[in-house]
Amino acid sequence: MNIFFEGLAWVFDPAHYGGVDGIDTRILEHLRISLISLLIAAVIAVPLGYFIGHTGRGRTLAVAVSGGVRALPTLGLTIILALTLGIGLEAPIIAFVVLAIPSILAGAYAGFEAVDRRTIDAARAVGMTEWQIAGKVEIPLGLPLLMGGLRSASLQVIATATLADYVGGGGLGHFIFLGLQTNDYPQMLAGSIIVVALALLSEAIFSVLERLVVPAGVKSRAPTTVRTKSSRSRAVVG
Amino acid sequence: MIEFRSVSKQFPDGTRAVDDFSITIPSRKTTVFVGSSGCGKTTLLRMINRMVDPSSGSIEIDGENISAVEPVHLRRGIGYVMQNSGLLPHRKVIDNVATVPLLNGVPRKQAHADALDLLDRVGLDRSLANRYPSQLSGGQQQRVGVARGLAVNPNILLMDEPFGAVDPIVRSDLQQETIRLQRDLDKTVVFVTHDIDEAFLLGDQVVILQKGAKIAQQGTPEEILANPVNDFVASFIGADRGKRRLTVDANIAASGDDLLLVDAGGYAAGVISAPGGRLAVGNPSPKSRSISNKTDQAGDA
Repeated sequence: MNIFFEGLAWVFDPAHYGGVDGIDTRILEHLRISLISLLIAAVIAVPLGYFIGHTGRGRTLAVAVSGGVRALPTLGLTIILALTLGIGLEAPIIAFVVLAIPSILAGAYAGFEAVDRRTIDAARAVGMTEWQIAGKVEIPLGLPLLMGGLRSASLQVIATATLADYVGGGGLGHFIFLGLQTNDYPQMLAGSIIVVALALLSEAIFSVLERLVVPAGVKSRAPTTVRTKSSRSRAVVG
Repeated sequence: MIEFRSVSKQFPDGTRAVDDFSITIPSRKTTVFVGSSGCGKTTLLRMINRMVDPSSGSIEIDGENISAVEPVHLRRGIGYVMQNSGLLPHRKVIDNVATVPLLNGVPRKQAHADALDLLDRVGLDRSLANRYPSQLSGGQQQRVGVARGLAVNPNILLMDEPFGAVDPIVRSDLQQETIRLQRDLDKTVVFVTHDIDEAFLLGDQVVILQKGAKIAQQGTPEEILANPVNDFVASFIGADRGKRRLTVDANIAASGDDLLLVDAGGYAAGVISAPGGRLAVGNPSPKSRSISNKTDQAGDA
Protein backbone atom coordinates (compact mmCIF):
# COMPACT_ATOMS: atom_id res chain seq x y z
CA MET A 1 0.00 0.00 0.00
CA ASN A 2 2.92 2.24 0.80
CA ILE A 3 4.22 2.22 -2.73
CA PHE A 4 0.77 3.01 -4.04
CA PHE A 5 0.74 6.24 -2.00
CA GLU A 6 4.23 7.02 -3.20
CA GLY A 7 2.92 6.63 -6.73
CA LEU A 8 -0.01 8.92 -6.02
CA ALA A 9 2.31 11.43 -4.42
CA TRP A 10 4.44 11.30 -7.56
CA VAL A 11 1.37 12.10 -9.66
CA PHE A 12 0.47 15.12 -7.58
CA ASP A 13 4.01 16.46 -7.11
CA PRO A 14 4.00 19.90 -8.79
CA ALA A 15 7.63 19.39 -9.74
CA HIS A 16 6.53 16.74 -12.24
CA TYR A 17 4.46 19.15 -14.31
CA GLY A 18 5.51 21.42 -17.15
CA GLY A 19 8.28 20.97 -19.68
CA VAL A 20 8.93 18.16 -22.17
CA ASP A 21 8.76 15.47 -19.52
CA GLY A 22 5.89 16.94 -17.50
CA ILE A 23 2.89 14.79 -16.70
CA ASP A 24 0.62 17.26 -18.50
CA THR A 25 2.72 17.11 -21.66
CA ARG A 26 2.79 13.33 -21.58
CA ILE A 27 -0.97 13.10 -21.01
CA LEU A 28 -1.59 15.29 -24.05
CA GLU A 29 0.84 13.17 -26.07
CA HIS A 30 -0.88 10.02 -24.93
CA LEU A 31 -4.31 11.35 -25.80
CA ARG A 32 -3.10 12.59 -29.16
CA ILE A 33 -1.67 9.18 -30.07
CA SER A 34 -4.86 7.44 -28.93
CA LEU A 35 -7.17 9.84 -30.71
CA ILE A 36 -5.23 9.73 -34.00
CA SER A 37 -5.23 5.91 -33.88
CA LEU A 38 -8.95 5.81 -33.13
CA LEU A 39 -9.78 8.25 -35.89
CA ILE A 40 -7.78 6.37 -38.50
CA ALA A 41 -9.30 3.07 -37.36
CA ALA A 42 -12.81 4.58 -37.51
CA VAL A 43 -12.26 5.97 -40.99
CA ILE A 44 -11.32 2.48 -42.15
CA ALA A 45 -13.67 0.34 -40.07
CA VAL A 46 -16.93 2.32 -40.05
CA PRO A 47 -17.55 2.43 -43.81
CA LEU A 48 -16.37 -1.15 -44.14
CA GLY A 49 -18.64 -2.27 -41.29
CA TYR A 50 -21.58 -0.37 -42.77
CA PHE A 51 -20.98 -2.01 -46.12
CA ILE A 52 -20.93 -5.45 -44.52
CA GLY A 53 -24.00 -4.68 -42.40
CA HIS A 54 -26.04 -3.27 -45.28
CA THR A 55 -25.23 -5.87 -47.90
CA GLY A 56 -24.63 -8.85 -45.62
CA ARG A 57 -21.61 -9.59 -47.81
CA GLY A 58 -18.17 -10.39 -46.43
CA ARG A 59 -19.43 -10.94 -42.91
CA THR A 60 -17.78 -14.34 -42.45
CA LEU A 61 -14.50 -12.99 -43.76
CA ALA A 62 -14.70 -9.93 -41.51
CA VAL A 63 -15.38 -12.06 -38.44
CA ALA A 64 -12.48 -14.38 -39.25
CA VAL A 65 -10.02 -11.58 -40.02
CA SER A 66 -10.91 -9.46 -37.02
CA GLY A 67 -10.72 -12.53 -34.80
CA GLY A 68 -7.25 -13.22 -36.13
CA VAL A 69 -6.17 -9.60 -35.81
CA ARG A 70 -7.36 -9.50 -32.21
CA ALA A 71 -4.88 -12.28 -31.46
CA LEU A 72 -1.93 -10.21 -32.74
CA PRO A 73 0.27 -9.06 -29.85
CA THR A 74 0.44 -5.30 -30.14
CA LEU A 75 3.92 -5.07 -28.60
CA GLY A 76 5.31 -7.52 -31.14
CA LEU A 77 3.61 -5.72 -33.99
CA THR A 78 4.91 -2.36 -32.77
CA ILE A 79 8.49 -3.63 -32.65
CA ILE A 80 8.32 -5.31 -36.06
CA LEU A 81 6.85 -2.17 -37.60
CA ALA A 82 9.41 0.02 -35.85
CA LEU A 83 12.22 -2.11 -37.28
CA THR A 84 10.83 -1.43 -40.74
CA LEU A 85 9.61 2.14 -40.36
CA GLY A 86 12.12 3.35 -37.81
CA ILE A 87 11.74 4.92 -34.41
CA GLY A 88 8.84 7.34 -33.95
CA LEU A 89 5.08 7.56 -34.03
CA GLU A 90 4.22 5.72 -37.27
CA ALA A 91 4.88 2.21 -36.05
CA PRO A 92 2.90 2.39 -32.79
CA ILE A 93 0.01 4.24 -34.42
CA ILE A 94 -0.32 1.56 -37.11
CA ALA A 95 -0.25 -1.09 -34.40
CA PHE A 96 -2.97 0.71 -32.41
CA VAL A 97 -5.11 1.13 -35.52
CA VAL A 98 -4.88 -2.62 -36.04
CA LEU A 99 -5.85 -3.07 -32.41
CA ALA A 100 -8.87 -0.76 -32.68
CA ILE A 101 -10.33 -1.91 -36.01
CA PRO A 102 -11.99 -5.19 -34.91
CA SER A 103 -14.11 -3.56 -32.17
CA ILE A 104 -15.20 -0.65 -34.35
CA LEU A 105 -15.90 -2.92 -37.30
CA ALA A 106 -18.02 -5.22 -35.16
CA GLY A 107 -19.90 -2.24 -33.68
CA ALA A 108 -20.62 -0.84 -37.14
CA TYR A 109 -21.97 -3.99 -38.74
CA ALA A 110 -23.73 -5.20 -35.61
CA GLY A 111 -25.49 -1.83 -35.49
CA PHE A 112 -26.81 -2.31 -39.01
CA GLU A 113 -27.71 -5.94 -38.45
CA ALA A 114 -29.65 -5.11 -35.29
CA VAL A 115 -32.17 -3.02 -37.23
CA ASP A 116 -35.46 -4.89 -37.67
CA ARG A 117 -35.53 -6.40 -41.17
CA ARG A 118 -39.17 -5.44 -41.52
CA THR A 119 -38.32 -1.77 -40.94
CA ILE A 120 -35.73 -1.90 -43.71
CA ASP A 121 -38.08 -3.81 -45.99
CA ALA A 122 -40.76 -1.17 -45.45
CA ALA A 123 -38.29 1.66 -46.07
CA ARG A 124 -37.36 0.02 -49.38
CA ALA A 125 -40.99 -0.65 -50.28
CA VAL A 126 -42.03 2.98 -49.89
CA GLY A 127 -39.26 4.00 -52.27
CA MET A 128 -36.07 4.78 -50.37
CA THR A 129 -32.85 4.27 -52.31
CA GLU A 130 -30.21 1.99 -50.78
CA TRP A 131 -28.22 5.09 -49.74
CA GLN A 132 -31.29 6.58 -48.09
CA ILE A 133 -31.97 3.31 -46.25
CA ALA A 134 -28.41 3.37 -44.94
CA GLY A 135 -28.39 7.08 -44.12
CA LYS A 136 -31.89 7.59 -42.76
CA VAL A 137 -32.66 4.21 -41.19
CA GLU A 138 -29.63 2.03 -40.54
CA ILE A 139 -27.11 4.65 -39.40
CA PRO A 140 -29.36 6.39 -36.83
CA LEU A 141 -30.72 3.11 -35.49
CA GLY A 142 -27.27 1.52 -35.42
CA LEU A 143 -25.46 4.39 -33.68
CA PRO A 144 -25.70 2.99 -30.12
CA LEU A 145 -23.94 -0.22 -31.11
CA LEU A 146 -21.32 1.69 -33.10
CA MET A 147 -20.67 3.81 -30.01
CA GLY A 148 -20.26 0.59 -28.04
CA GLY A 149 -17.60 -0.52 -30.53
CA LEU A 150 -15.82 2.84 -30.31
CA ARG A 151 -16.01 2.62 -26.55
CA SER A 152 -14.16 -0.66 -26.30
CA ALA A 153 -11.70 0.37 -29.02
CA SER A 154 -10.93 3.57 -27.14
CA LEU A 155 -10.40 1.69 -23.89
CA GLN A 156 -8.03 -0.77 -25.55
CA VAL A 157 -6.06 1.92 -27.35
CA ILE A 158 -5.66 4.17 -24.30
CA ALA A 159 -4.49 1.22 -22.22
CA THR A 160 -2.13 -0.03 -24.90
CA ALA A 161 -0.77 3.33 -26.05
CA THR A 162 1.84 3.08 -23.27
CA LEU A 163 3.76 0.88 -25.73
CA ALA A 164 4.37 3.86 -28.01
CA ASP A 165 7.23 5.07 -25.88
CA TYR A 166 8.97 1.71 -26.22
CA VAL A 167 9.90 2.74 -29.74
CA GLY A 168 10.32 6.41 -28.92
CA GLY A 169 6.75 7.52 -29.57
CA GLY A 170 6.22 9.30 -26.24
CA GLY A 171 3.07 9.31 -24.15
CA LEU A 172 2.50 8.05 -20.62
CA GLY A 173 4.52 4.91 -21.34
CA HIS A 174 7.53 7.16 -20.86
CA PHE A 175 7.10 7.13 -17.04
CA ILE A 176 6.56 3.38 -16.97
CA PHE A 177 9.57 2.45 -19.10
CA LEU A 178 11.82 5.04 -17.44
CA GLY A 179 10.70 3.91 -14.00
CA LEU A 180 11.37 0.31 -14.94
CA GLN A 181 14.89 1.07 -16.15
CA THR A 182 15.82 3.18 -13.13
CA ASN A 183 14.01 1.07 -10.52
CA ASP A 184 11.89 4.14 -9.78
CA TYR A 185 8.74 2.27 -8.85
CA PRO A 186 6.71 5.30 -7.70
CA GLN A 187 7.24 6.87 -11.13
CA MET A 188 6.24 3.62 -12.85
CA LEU A 189 3.16 3.39 -10.72
CA ALA A 190 2.33 7.04 -11.34
CA GLY A 191 2.33 6.40 -15.08
CA SER A 192 0.04 3.42 -14.62
CA ILE A 193 -2.35 5.32 -12.36
CA ILE A 194 -2.76 8.08 -14.92
CA VAL A 195 -3.38 5.58 -17.71
CA VAL A 196 -6.04 3.88 -15.59
CA ALA A 197 -7.63 7.24 -14.87
CA LEU A 198 -7.70 8.13 -18.58
CA ALA A 199 -9.24 4.75 -19.42
CA LEU A 200 -11.96 5.26 -16.83
CA LEU A 201 -12.59 8.77 -18.15
CA SER A 202 -12.98 7.38 -21.67
CA GLU A 203 -15.46 4.80 -20.38
CA ALA A 204 -17.45 7.51 -18.64
CA ILE A 205 -17.55 9.75 -21.72
CA PHE A 206 -18.54 6.97 -24.07
CA SER A 207 -21.21 5.59 -21.76
CA VAL A 208 -22.84 9.02 -21.81
CA LEU A 209 -22.43 9.23 -25.60
CA GLU A 210 -23.91 5.77 -26.03
CA ARG A 211 -27.02 6.87 -24.21
CA LEU A 212 -27.21 10.19 -26.06
CA VAL A 213 -27.24 8.61 -29.51
CA VAL A 214 -30.16 6.27 -28.83
CA PRO A 215 -32.85 7.65 -31.16
CA ALA A 216 -35.76 9.25 -29.33
CA GLY A 217 -38.50 6.87 -30.48
CA VAL A 218 -36.42 3.86 -29.54
CA LYS A 219 -35.70 5.17 -26.06
CA SER A 220 -39.36 5.38 -25.16
CA ARG A 221 -40.24 1.74 -25.70
CA ALA A 222 -43.13 1.86 -23.29
CA PRO A 223 -45.92 4.40 -23.68
CA THR A 224 -45.11 7.31 -21.42
CA THR A 225 -48.17 9.39 -22.04
CA VAL A 226 -51.76 8.47 -21.45
CA ARG A 227 -53.91 8.10 -24.52
CA THR A 228 -56.10 11.13 -24.84
CA LYS A 229 -58.53 9.72 -27.35
CA SER A 230 -59.65 6.27 -28.36
CA SER A 231 -58.17 5.05 -31.59
CA ARG A 232 -61.58 3.76 -32.57
CA SER A 233 -63.54 6.92 -32.08
CA ARG A 234 -63.99 7.63 -35.75
CA ALA A 235 -63.81 4.17 -37.14
CA VAL A 236 -67.34 3.29 -38.09
CA VAL A 237 -69.20 5.67 -40.29
CA GLY A 238 -72.83 5.38 -41.25
CA MET B 1 -55.39 -1.55 -64.45
CA ILE B 2 -52.71 -4.03 -63.46
CA GLU B 3 -52.07 -6.99 -65.70
CA PHE B 4 -50.07 -10.11 -64.89
CA ARG B 5 -49.08 -12.06 -68.00
CA SER B 6 -47.80 -15.62 -67.51
CA VAL B 7 -45.77 -14.53 -64.51
CA SER B 8 -43.55 -17.08 -62.79
CA LYS B 9 -41.15 -16.66 -59.91
CA GLN B 10 -38.53 -19.12 -58.85
CA PHE B 11 -36.44 -18.14 -55.87
CA PRO B 12 -32.69 -18.88 -55.81
CA ASP B 13 -33.28 -21.73 -53.35
CA GLY B 14 -35.44 -23.46 -55.96
CA THR B 15 -38.86 -22.65 -54.47
CA ARG B 16 -41.37 -22.01 -57.20
CA ALA B 17 -43.57 -19.43 -55.50
CA VAL B 18 -45.53 -18.41 -58.58
CA ASP B 19 -46.18 -20.57 -61.61
CA ASP B 20 -47.57 -19.13 -64.85
CA PHE B 21 -49.91 -16.63 -63.23
CA SER B 22 -52.13 -14.36 -65.30
CA ILE B 23 -54.79 -11.94 -64.09
CA THR B 24 -56.27 -8.55 -64.79
CA ILE B 25 -56.76 -6.33 -61.77
CA PRO B 26 -59.36 -3.66 -62.58
CA SER B 27 -58.83 -0.02 -61.66
CA ARG B 28 -60.66 1.61 -58.78
CA LYS B 29 -61.74 -1.72 -57.35
CA THR B 30 -60.49 -3.82 -54.49
CA THR B 31 -58.95 -7.10 -55.53
CA VAL B 32 -58.17 -9.54 -52.75
CA PHE B 33 -55.64 -12.37 -53.04
CA VAL B 34 -56.58 -14.94 -50.46
CA GLY B 35 -54.92 -18.26 -49.66
CA SER B 36 -53.05 -20.18 -47.01
CA SER B 37 -49.53 -19.31 -45.89
CA GLY B 38 -46.93 -19.99 -48.54
CA CYS B 39 -49.34 -19.93 -51.48
CA GLY B 40 -47.38 -17.09 -53.08
CA LYS B 41 -49.92 -14.32 -52.51
CA THR B 42 -47.43 -11.93 -50.90
CA THR B 43 -44.93 -12.62 -53.66
CA LEU B 44 -47.60 -11.61 -56.20
CA LEU B 45 -48.24 -8.38 -54.33
CA ARG B 46 -44.56 -7.53 -54.03
CA MET B 47 -44.12 -8.00 -57.77
CA ILE B 48 -46.39 -5.04 -58.41
CA ASN B 49 -43.90 -2.59 -56.84
CA ARG B 50 -40.87 -4.57 -57.93
CA MET B 51 -39.87 -5.65 -54.43
CA VAL B 52 -39.72 -9.00 -56.21
CA ASP B 53 -38.95 -9.30 -59.92
CA PRO B 54 -40.57 -12.15 -61.85
CA SER B 55 -38.35 -14.86 -63.31
CA SER B 56 -40.47 -14.85 -66.43
CA GLY B 57 -43.59 -13.20 -67.75
CA SER B 58 -44.49 -9.53 -67.54
CA ILE B 59 -46.52 -7.16 -65.41
CA GLU B 60 -48.11 -4.04 -66.83
CA ILE B 61 -49.63 -1.08 -65.05
CA ASP B 62 -51.96 0.86 -67.34
CA GLY B 63 -50.28 -0.75 -70.33
CA GLU B 64 -46.73 0.09 -69.26
CA ASN B 65 -44.37 -2.80 -68.58
CA ILE B 66 -43.01 -2.17 -65.09
CA SER B 67 -39.73 -3.98 -65.70
CA ALA B 68 -38.73 -0.85 -67.61
CA VAL B 69 -39.56 1.44 -64.69
CA GLU B 70 -36.85 2.22 -62.17
CA PRO B 71 -37.89 0.44 -58.91
CA VAL B 72 -37.44 3.43 -56.58
CA HIS B 73 -39.49 5.65 -58.89
CA LEU B 74 -42.17 2.97 -59.24
CA ARG B 75 -42.42 2.39 -55.48
CA ARG B 76 -42.79 6.09 -54.71
CA GLY B 77 -45.91 6.12 -56.86
CA ILE B 78 -47.54 3.12 -55.18
CA GLY B 79 -48.85 3.03 -51.62
CA TYR B 80 -47.68 0.09 -49.55
CA VAL B 81 -49.10 -1.02 -46.22
CA MET B 82 -47.57 -3.99 -44.47
CA GLN B 83 -48.49 -6.22 -41.56
CA ASN B 84 -46.36 -4.73 -38.81
CA SER B 85 -46.89 -1.18 -40.01
CA GLY B 86 -43.17 -1.00 -40.89
CA LEU B 87 -42.92 2.47 -39.42
CA LEU B 88 -39.53 3.99 -38.74
CA PRO B 89 -39.16 3.69 -34.94
CA HIS B 90 -36.91 6.74 -34.64
CA ARG B 91 -39.25 9.12 -36.42
CA LYS B 92 -42.37 10.82 -35.14
CA VAL B 93 -45.75 9.81 -36.54
CA ILE B 94 -45.94 12.93 -38.67
CA ASP B 95 -42.50 12.34 -40.20
CA ASN B 96 -43.38 8.73 -40.87
CA VAL B 97 -46.49 9.79 -42.76
CA ALA B 98 -44.53 12.42 -44.65
CA THR B 99 -41.61 10.07 -45.46
CA VAL B 100 -42.14 9.77 -49.20
CA PRO B 101 -43.24 13.36 -49.92
CA LEU B 102 -40.11 14.53 -48.07
CA LEU B 103 -37.98 12.19 -50.18
CA ASN B 104 -39.64 13.64 -53.25
CA GLY B 105 -38.58 17.12 -52.19
CA VAL B 106 -41.91 18.49 -50.98
CA PRO B 107 -41.13 21.37 -48.56
CA ARG B 108 -41.24 20.23 -44.94
CA LYS B 109 -44.03 22.60 -43.93
CA GLN B 110 -46.26 21.53 -46.79
CA ALA B 111 -45.51 17.83 -46.20
CA HIS B 112 -46.39 18.14 -42.52
CA ALA B 113 -49.63 19.99 -43.24
CA ASP B 114 -50.62 17.26 -45.69
CA ALA B 115 -49.66 14.60 -43.16
CA LEU B 116 -51.98 16.12 -40.56
CA ASP B 117 -54.84 15.99 -43.07
CA LEU B 118 -54.02 12.34 -43.70
CA LEU B 119 -54.19 11.60 -39.98
CA ASP B 120 -57.73 13.00 -40.01
CA ARG B 121 -58.54 10.88 -43.00
CA VAL B 122 -57.50 7.62 -41.37
CA GLY B 123 -59.29 8.52 -38.14
CA LEU B 124 -56.33 9.42 -35.95
CA ASP B 125 -56.29 12.37 -33.63
CA ARG B 126 -53.83 15.11 -34.61
CA SER B 127 -52.43 15.08 -31.07
CA LEU B 128 -50.69 11.81 -31.97
CA ALA B 129 -48.59 13.52 -34.66
CA ASN B 130 -45.64 14.10 -32.37
CA ARG B 131 -45.62 10.65 -30.79
CA TYR B 132 -43.22 7.93 -31.76
CA PRO B 133 -44.59 4.66 -33.20
CA SER B 134 -43.67 2.74 -30.03
CA GLN B 135 -46.04 4.99 -28.09
CA LEU B 136 -49.04 3.94 -30.18
CA SER B 137 -51.26 0.88 -30.00
CA GLY B 138 -51.07 -1.72 -32.75
CA GLY B 139 -54.26 -0.45 -34.37
CA GLN B 140 -53.05 3.14 -34.31
CA GLN B 141 -49.74 2.09 -35.87
CA GLN B 142 -51.63 0.37 -38.68
CA ARG B 143 -53.61 3.54 -39.31
CA VAL B 144 -50.36 5.50 -39.51
CA GLY B 145 -49.13 2.86 -41.96
CA VAL B 146 -52.23 3.42 -44.11
CA ALA B 147 -51.77 7.20 -43.91
CA ARG B 148 -48.18 6.80 -45.08
CA GLY B 149 -49.37 4.60 -47.93
CA LEU B 150 -51.76 7.35 -49.03
CA ALA B 151 -49.25 10.20 -48.64
CA VAL B 152 -48.28 10.49 -52.29
CA ASN B 153 -51.90 10.14 -53.37
CA PRO B 154 -51.14 6.97 -55.30
CA ASN B 155 -53.53 5.35 -57.75
CA ILE B 156 -52.57 1.96 -56.44
CA LEU B 157 -52.54 0.86 -52.82
CA LEU B 158 -50.95 -2.47 -51.92
CA MET B 159 -51.94 -3.96 -48.59
CA ASP B 160 -50.09 -7.01 -47.31
CA GLU B 161 -52.10 -8.61 -44.49
CA PRO B 162 -52.33 -5.18 -42.90
CA PHE B 163 -54.72 -6.23 -40.15
CA GLY B 164 -53.22 -9.62 -39.36
CA ALA B 165 -51.56 -8.58 -36.12
CA VAL B 166 -54.31 -6.60 -34.40
CA ASP B 167 -57.10 -7.87 -32.20
CA PRO B 168 -60.47 -8.78 -33.77
CA ILE B 169 -62.34 -5.65 -32.65
CA VAL B 170 -59.67 -3.29 -33.94
CA ARG B 171 -59.40 -5.38 -37.10
CA SER B 172 -63.10 -4.98 -37.73
CA ASP B 173 -62.79 -1.20 -37.28
CA LEU B 174 -59.85 -1.05 -39.66
CA GLN B 175 -61.74 -3.10 -42.24
CA GLN B 176 -64.68 -0.70 -42.13
CA GLU B 177 -62.21 2.16 -42.42
CA THR B 178 -60.61 0.57 -45.47
CA ILE B 179 -64.00 0.22 -47.12
CA ARG B 180 -64.79 3.84 -46.39
CA LEU B 181 -61.41 5.03 -47.69
CA GLN B 182 -61.81 2.99 -50.86
CA ARG B 183 -65.28 4.49 -51.38
CA ASP B 184 -64.01 8.04 -50.78
CA LEU B 185 -60.69 7.86 -52.59
CA ASP B 186 -61.41 5.49 -55.45
CA LYS B 187 -58.04 3.73 -55.40
CA THR B 188 -57.05 0.49 -57.03
CA VAL B 189 -56.51 -1.63 -53.94
CA VAL B 190 -54.71 -4.95 -54.01
CA PHE B 191 -55.17 -6.69 -50.69
CA VAL B 192 -53.55 -9.88 -49.44
CA THR B 193 -55.03 -11.93 -46.61
CA HIS B 194 -55.46 -15.48 -45.43
CA ASP B 195 -58.83 -14.65 -43.88
CA ILE B 196 -61.70 -15.53 -46.24
CA ASP B 197 -64.18 -13.42 -44.27
CA GLU B 198 -61.93 -10.40 -44.69
CA ALA B 199 -61.61 -11.20 -48.39
CA PHE B 200 -65.38 -11.40 -48.89
CA LEU B 201 -65.93 -8.24 -46.87
CA LEU B 202 -63.39 -6.08 -48.69
CA GLY B 203 -63.11 -7.56 -52.14
CA ASP B 204 -64.94 -6.50 -55.29
CA GLN B 205 -62.94 -9.26 -56.88
CA VAL B 206 -61.68 -12.18 -54.81
CA VAL B 207 -58.93 -14.48 -56.06
CA ILE B 208 -58.55 -17.73 -54.16
CA LEU B 209 -55.04 -19.10 -54.53
CA GLN B 210 -53.56 -22.54 -54.08
CA LYS B 211 -49.89 -23.40 -53.69
CA GLY B 212 -47.73 -21.90 -56.43
CA ALA B 213 -50.20 -19.01 -56.77
CA LYS B 214 -52.46 -21.22 -58.88
CA ILE B 215 -55.88 -19.58 -59.16
CA ALA B 216 -58.50 -21.92 -57.68
CA GLN B 217 -61.32 -19.51 -58.35
CA GLN B 218 -61.74 -15.86 -59.12
CA GLY B 219 -64.88 -13.76 -59.03
CA THR B 220 -67.11 -11.63 -56.86
CA PRO B 221 -67.80 -12.93 -53.35
CA GLU B 222 -71.35 -13.76 -54.47
CA GLU B 223 -70.18 -15.80 -57.46
CA ILE B 224 -67.71 -17.74 -55.38
CA LEU B 225 -70.07 -18.42 -52.49
CA ALA B 226 -72.93 -19.43 -54.81
CA ASN B 227 -70.84 -21.65 -57.07
CA PRO B 228 -67.60 -22.90 -55.60
CA VAL B 229 -65.83 -24.58 -58.51
CA ASN B 230 -64.35 -27.44 -56.55
CA ASP B 231 -64.00 -29.04 -53.14
CA PHE B 232 -60.90 -27.01 -52.33
CA VAL B 233 -62.75 -23.72 -52.76
CA ALA B 234 -65.86 -25.02 -51.02
CA SER B 235 -63.82 -26.08 -48.04
CA PHE B 236 -61.67 -22.93 -48.07
CA ILE B 237 -64.65 -20.59 -48.01
CA GLY B 238 -66.40 -22.80 -45.50
CA ALA B 239 -69.54 -23.15 -47.64
CA ASP B 240 -70.33 -26.42 -45.93
CA ARG B 241 -69.88 -25.39 -42.34
CA GLY B 242 -70.25 -22.75 -39.68
CA LYS B 243 -72.02 -19.50 -40.43
CA ARG B 244 -72.19 -20.09 -44.17
CA ARG B 245 -74.38 -23.22 -44.12
CA LEU B 246 -77.80 -22.18 -42.92
CA THR B 247 -80.84 -24.39 -42.40
CA VAL B 248 -84.44 -23.48 -41.72
CA ASP B 249 -85.45 -24.72 -38.29
CA ALA B 250 -88.96 -26.13 -38.63
CA ASN B 251 -89.38 -26.87 -34.94
CA ILE B 252 -89.58 -23.32 -33.68
CA ALA B 253 -92.25 -21.01 -35.00
CA ALA B 254 -91.17 -17.47 -35.71
CA SER B 255 -93.58 -14.56 -35.83
CA GLY B 256 -95.53 -13.72 -38.99
CA ASP B 257 -94.14 -15.09 -42.20
CA ASP B 258 -90.66 -15.52 -40.81
CA LEU B 259 -88.79 -18.78 -40.44
CA LEU B 260 -85.85 -19.27 -38.12
CA LEU B 261 -82.45 -20.00 -39.67
CA VAL B 262 -79.77 -21.93 -37.80
CA ASP B 263 -76.11 -22.32 -38.73
CA ALA B 264 -74.18 -25.56 -39.07
CA GLY B 265 -73.50 -25.56 -35.36
CA GLY B 266 -77.21 -25.47 -34.60
CA TYR B 267 -77.13 -21.89 -33.33
CA ALA B 268 -79.76 -19.34 -34.32
CA ALA B 269 -78.35 -17.19 -37.11
CA GLY B 270 -81.30 -15.07 -38.25
CA VAL B 271 -84.72 -15.19 -39.81
CA ILE B 272 -85.95 -15.35 -43.38
CA SER B 273 -89.28 -14.23 -44.65
CA ALA B 274 -91.45 -17.01 -46.14
CA PRO B 275 -94.93 -15.79 -47.03
CA GLY B 276 -97.31 -18.72 -47.48
CA GLY B 277 -94.63 -21.22 -46.60
CA ARG B 278 -92.43 -20.33 -49.60
CA LEU B 279 -89.07 -18.65 -49.12
CA ALA B 280 -89.02 -15.09 -50.33
CA VAL B 281 -86.77 -14.73 -53.35
CA GLY B 282 -86.05 -11.26 -54.55
CA ASN B 283 -83.45 -8.58 -55.00
CA PRO B 284 -81.57 -7.91 -51.81
CA SER B 285 -80.97 -4.36 -50.66
CA PRO B 286 -78.07 -2.58 -52.33
CA LYS B 287 -74.73 -3.33 -50.70
CA SER B 288 -73.95 -1.39 -47.61
CA ARG B 289 -71.09 -2.66 -45.48
CA SER B 290 -72.10 -0.58 -42.52
CA ILE B 291 -75.23 -2.49 -41.57
CA SER B 292 -75.50 -2.98 -37.88
CA ASN B 293 -77.53 -5.20 -35.64
CA LYS B 294 -77.69 -2.56 -32.98
CA THR B 295 -81.14 -1.12 -32.31
CA ASP B 296 -81.38 2.63 -32.25
CA GLN B 297 -80.99 4.03 -28.82
CA ALA B 298 -83.84 6.04 -27.40
CA GLY B 299 -83.52 9.63 -28.51
CA ASP B 300 -81.21 8.68 -31.35
CA ALA B 301 -83.82 9.31 -33.99
